[in-house]
Amino acid sequence: MALPTFWFLVIAFLWTGYFVLEGFDFGVGALLPVLSRNEAERRQVLATIGPVWDGNEVWLITAVGAMFAAFPAWYSGLLSSFYLPLVLVLTALIARGVALEWRGKVTARERVLCDVGIVAGSALAAFLWGAIFAGLLWGGVLATVLGGAFSLTLALVHGAVFLALKTAGPLRARARRAALGLAAVALPVAVLALPGIPSAGAVGGGFRVYPLPWLAALAAAGALTAAVALLWRHREGWAFTATAASIVLATTALFGTLWRAPLPGMTVAEAASGPYTLGVLTWIGLAALPFVLGYQAWTYWVFRKRVTA
Amino acid sequence: MDALDLARWQFGVTTVYHFLFVPLTIGLGIFVAGLQTAWHRTGKEHYLRLTKFFGKLFLINFAMGVVTGIVQEFQFGMNWSAYSTFVGDVFGAPLALEALLAFFLESTFLGLWIFGWDRLPRRIHLATIWAAAIGSNLSAYFILAANAWMKHPVGYEVVNGRARMTDLWAVLTNPTALAQVPHVVAASFVVAGGFVIAVSGYRILHERRTAAAETDTVAELVTSAAPAGRDTAAAAAPRRWAAGRGGAGRPKAGTADPGMWRSSLRAALVMTAIAGAVVAGSGDVSARYMHEQQPMKLAAAEGLRHDTAGAPFSPLPGVEVPKLLSLLSAHDPGATVQGMQDIQQRYQAEFGPGDYLPNVPVVYWSFRVMIVFGLTTVALSLLGLWLTRRRRPTPGWFARAGVLALPLPLMAVIAGWLLSEIGRQPWTVQGELLTAASVSPGVSLGEVATSLAIFTAVYGVLAIAEVRLLVRHVKAGPDPVAVPSGPGRPGDTDAAAGGTDRNARLQPTLMY
Ligand code: HDD
Ligand code: HEM
Ligand code: HEM
Repeated sequence: MALPTFWFLVIAFLWTGYFVLEGFDFGVGALLPVLSRNEAERRQVLATIGPVWDGNEVWLITAVGAMFAAFPAWYSGLLSSFYLPLVLVLTALIARGVALEWRGKVTARERVLCDVGIVAGSALAAFLWGAIFAGLLWGGVLATVLGGAFSLTLALVHGAVFLALKTAGPLRARARRAALGLAAVALPVAVLALPGIPSAGAVGGGFRVYPLPWLAALAAAGALTAAVALLWRHREGWAFTATAASIVLATTALFGTLWRAPLPGMTVAEAASGPYTLGVLTWIGLAALPFVLGYQAWTYWVFRKRVTA
Repeated sequence: MDALDLARWQFGVTTVYHFLFVPLTIGLGIFVAGLQTAWHRTGKEHYLRLTKFFGKLFLINFAMGVVTGIVQEFQFGMNWSAYSTFVGDVFGAPLALEALLAFFLESTFLGLWIFGWDRLPRRIHLATIWAAAIGSNLSAYFILAANAWMKHPVGYEVVNGRARMTDLWAVLTNPTALAQVPHVVAASFVVAGGFVIAVSGYRILHERRTAAAETDTVAELVTSAAPAGRDTAAAAAPRRWAAGRGGAGRPKAGTADPGMWRSSLRAALVMTAIAGAVVAGSGDVSARYMHEQQPMKLAAAEGLRHDTAGAPFSPLPGVEVPKLLSLLSAHDPGATVQGMQDIQQRYQAEFGPGDYLPNVPVVYWSFRVMIVFGLTTVALSLLGLWLTRRRRPTPGWFARAGVLALPLPLMAVIAGWLLSEIGRQPWTVQGELLTAASVSPGVSLGEVATSLAIFTAVYGVLAIAEVRLLVRHVKAGPDPVAVPSGPGRPGDTDAAAGGTDRNARLQPTLMY
């Protein structure tokens, strides 16, 4: 495989990891006031993501850092053309990051502010990522809003399922009900939004030439439907796997479409760094990645128990 | 005023702001890990209390380093897309490695540390804080290697108007980076040391005030209760101090014993003194590289107009020490140091017409502020080590001086960065790429103005919040801690004794 192709896959992988992992902590953060009835429950909700959210966010930092190193023209073109939306993303990430870290160390009155930061920051960031990538594929207000609605609702379902999986007691039942209710919104939005991803690339050739994004988009809708069915039968672990799969597949459709033109008028090969840089980064990345994945997985293992109130 | 000016302001504001928190993360992380190690080794409860107390301050500060860092990473692409396209091949690599090798380590293990007190075996829990602290220091290395490349580009060639890396090893072992990394990391330890000195000083004063408010009878009780003749350190210190001050006494139950703050103070004094030596040594090396690689910056830092053999050093305008500058920058009193106007002419001949002078007054004064403010804290630490030698109690005036000196090292590191970054202007990459050619061509003045306004406002609010939060927690003092009931806990039973237990309190500590 040519090195630029390989690095395009690496970057797709990192973004996918980011959306799957931070997806649920965005969802959990945004659902905080909806699902918890009192301070003890709010703590219970936040304890499910407390140990992991910062590690999840580093997937974004690594994805963007890898784009900088491997595709400088893509990195700088993308970031400078989505300037104001990214300023908002950053503001949202600042607000929720600080709020999550400080919440346990402030007075009750300030805690309310932290909760506002967590909810608004999580919801805004979850919306904006979908909006930005939809804007990249299509441009235009409608696509942008639809893309944002898609990523937000998917994150909410993903987060609610995660809570159902990670908590015990009344919260667990409530999270399950919320996930089912939210799915009633998320599914129609997904059905509207998902076909938009591969069809943005259809200009240079339709399904027959590039079947992968179409199949992935279709499968993403299927996985979301399966998640609802599984949750209905109280299979929380499998339901979470299915929402995660739905995000993986939607991201696959996205990067499968971007593969032909990561930015309008630019090819992957044009955007890539030189073979030397890509080569050394490949070796270092291959050596380090097993460790990173290993200790991240270990964190999830250490905190595998359900959180009680 | 155009987008370039605002982009520069934005870079300055956000980066300086990031660096207000980062040094404390770098230094305090290791300090907390050291405290927890001391607790692990000795089982003494007050180390645990200190670990938790400084750990909390560390975490309040850490959050700010993280959230402001993300802005930094995006900013290169948003505001400096021409720069990023030009250098990404070389400059992006250390940034990607930083995320992969350092940030993952740090954030993952810090999560484990914060939430793992009761879940992990003690030894492993201790390892998590070390992994996180090492991650912070590793991240400093990578970003500084990137920054050093801008001062002294190595291991690359320019192909089709873009820099292409030819040697990653050369980039990572750039001599400029090898001087800069210890300099910045040690400076961060001076900042963290100054912080712990100030906090410990405040707590010592605070506890003396509370103790002094109690009656003399209590003081006498304590003096006689201290095991007579047993010359354990902590027993001796309060006694001598009580005698010296004529009536003071044991701390209230619930507050800590003075021995506890004494050990954090002494530890910080040692750390600051050692870091101070490294800062001075590596600063000297940096100055010599500057002489070779960035002569304009050196000339501006010294206000030297013309090439001069045996150049004098001027600590203040108008005062000159003959030949010292040549001695410092080349280790040869007769060496020629280049002057601004002559460099300007050479650059014009080499790179074409233009103004190659940085903002001279800023560079000149930054250099002095960095050295004087920074070394004042180092000097204070040496003085403190002398004053508190052999179990001598901390003089009240010294504790107060430590509190007052709190801002000095922070101002020193900021001044150092102004010297470093403004001194490099008008270049982003020395001799290779001008700042004016680095900015994003498609980003409008309005966009940069909006983001600058948003970040400045958000950062301003957060700065006030963070200071208030830190002050509040320092004033409240440490919580009485319950020893975590982690699995696999060693049989150090004395650690489990309550915080008010006198026997536990009177144990000598590691830092005496
Ligand atoms: C506690 C803080 C502190 C102290 C006491 C010093 N420095 Fe420093 N200095 C820094 C904190 C700092 C810094 C903020 O960390 C900088 C900014 C960029 C860098 O690499 O480190 C810096 C930069 C910096 C540079 C610029 C390097 C460049 O731009 O290429 C030089 C030449 C020195 N220092 C030299 C010294 C000397 C000779 C010192 C006296 C002994 C000294 N520093 C003390
Ligand atoms: C954390 C410490 C740093 C501080 C406080 C700092 C500060 C500054 C300041 C104040 C400027 C503006 C100079 C001017 O406009 O005259 C600047 C410029 C710049 N610095 Fe740094 N810097 C730091 C680290 C870095 C690092 C690590 C990099 C690269 C990895 C970097 C890259 C740049 C770039 C690209 C500019 C261009 C903008 C300009 O020159 O105005 N800086 N920096
Ligand atoms: C101007 C270029 C810089 C960029 C692009 C940058 C990038 C970042 C990012 C993305 C984070 C957040 C990491 C996280 O979420 O865990 C961060 C935090 C941090 N940065 Fe910076 N940084 C810059 C300057 C510096 C400098 C000059 C230093 C040290 C000398 C430094 C050291 C750190 C440290 C120790 C943290 C603490 C928090 C953490 O690592 O998570 N950074 N930086």
